[in-house]
Amino acid sequence: MNAFVQRLALAVHARAEPELRDVVPALGGLALHFAPQFAGDLVQASLGIVERALDGLPPPAEVGREVEVPVCYDPEFAPDLAEVARRVKLEPEEVAKRHAEGEYRVLMIGFAPGHAYMGGLHPSLAVSRRAAPRPEVPAGSVAIANEQTVVYPYAISGGWNVIGRTPLVIFDAKREHPSLFGPGDRVRFRMITKEEFFS
Amino acid sequence: MTIRILRPGLLMTVQDLGRHGHQHVGVCPGGAMDPIACSLANALVGNAPGEAAIEITVLGPDLEFERDTLVALCGAPFQATIPANRPVLVAAGTRLVIGRAPRGARAYLAVAGGIAVEPVLGSRSTFIPGGFGGLGGRTLRRGDVIPLVEESEDLSRRRFSSLKRKSGSSVRWSVPPHTVPEHEPLVLHVLDGQHFPSFDVASQRAFVDSVWKIGPESNRMGFRLEGPALAREKSDEILSGPTCLGTVQVPSNGTPIALMADHQTTGGYPKIAEIASADVARLAQLGPGGTVRFARCGLDIAAELRLHVLERLQTALRGIAWEYGN
Repeated sequence: MNAFVQRLALAVHARAEPELRDVVPALGGLALHFAPQFAGDLVQASLGIVERALDGLPPPAEVGREVEVPVCYDPEFAPDLAEVARRVKLEPEEVAKRHAEGEYRVLMIGFAPGHAYMGGLHPSLAVSRRAAPRPEVPAGSVAIANEQTVVYPYAISGGWNVIGRTPLVIFDAKREHPSLFGPGDRVRFRMITKEEFFS
Repeated sequence: MTIRILRPGLLMTVQDLGRHGHQHVGVCPGGAMDPIACSLANALVGNAPGEAAIEITVLGPDLEFERDTLVALCGAPFQATIPANRPVLVAAGTRLVIGRAPRGARAYLAVAGGIAVEPVLGSRSTFIPGGFGGLGGRTLRRGDVIPLVEESEDLSRRRFSSLKRKSGSSVRWSVPPHTVPEHEPLVLHVLDGQHFPSFDVASQRAFVDSVWKIGPESNRMGFRLEGPALAREKSDEILSGPTCLGTVQVPSNGTPIALMADHQTTGGYPKIAEIASADVARLAQLGPGGTVRFARCGLDIAAELRLHVLERLQTALRGIAWEYGN
């Protein structure tokens, strides 16, 4: 369903409907945010927007871009890797390898600017969230829970299992493209060493 | 051209009417908690409604003006050394002292030409959780020097002299604030949220029958509403969905949260209601301890209320423009 939501969101976005201020795809639906000045019938207008978008639905391959994210899975950056490995009965190295080999898709961005929820985690790595969230997870932390993975854009509190860290800046409001990830992006992780991380 | 902060207020930030078009990458619109009061404050100094102003919350600051500056303080009736809800030309070196408000929680201090911080993603609004916008992406502190536009003094004098019905350094009229609550509990219109039907009947009733108190943990992101705990028939996981200004979510502890200007753009908690846009600015005028009740309505009523509020604002803006001879 999310793939369809992403295609629909892209089609609505591309049409730049004047009465809309934001088009937000999420796991469980698509939000059309109207400007408050809009004086027409919201239900009719929304249906019209969706109908017009359905006429020009982009093929799935046109949704999102390819993004590669270097990740260091060194224990220094991966406070939960050993625990995850124990829970899924694999060696930590194998957990890192399987995570880095996956092909992911940005299903939704939310929680914080640039904070992407990505689907496609290998089912053998599916673990629940930590019982107690960490008060602060460093920016760039790569974490997993259930069958999803995320990269924390800021140092924030979080309950996902941290298994690595990227040196990339995930969100910078002053960049031309502030968010590294966009809706529907296809994401790959590339395993790097600590030396590469710090260079 | 600057304003210096001699003593900061409680939660003072630079805000305009927000940044739009970035919610799909997780950036909330943010902006003034009470956009009506912010628009009026701007209009009172001859600005467009969307210029950046200083948002004052619960306790105001002491400020010093480097040059003659045309200012307006609009919103909750804060005690202040200038009259509120009208343009005032403050002289260079003036110390403006703003205290507390007997009613309401927020006011906006607008200056001719606006606050001249760099726009980020099309807005000067401060977004504290992301650390961007406004002055360094943070609340204003003691000693901060707030930049105004280069020509602010000229603009201030020129605009003040064009005003009709002047009296000393101000005018003989004022605009009524539109959003400050006269009495509590404040009644807020709500649409049924996506998950309203999944709450048990007792909770559905309690939601509209109870008086809710705004909890101390409330901020620009959301207001926690203290009252009876709300529960769903089945507590199955729901898919994270989009959220909106005024969405009322209910986390598993049963305490509803009304999402305010700096809300998260998506959420995984069940949504029991959506506060009508017309009433969100009024809710923003309550501080911790303030009380509200909810009245369910349909989309048609919510739309009518929203357009009525906008019309009333437009009428006020036209009236103010007339005073400037426009």
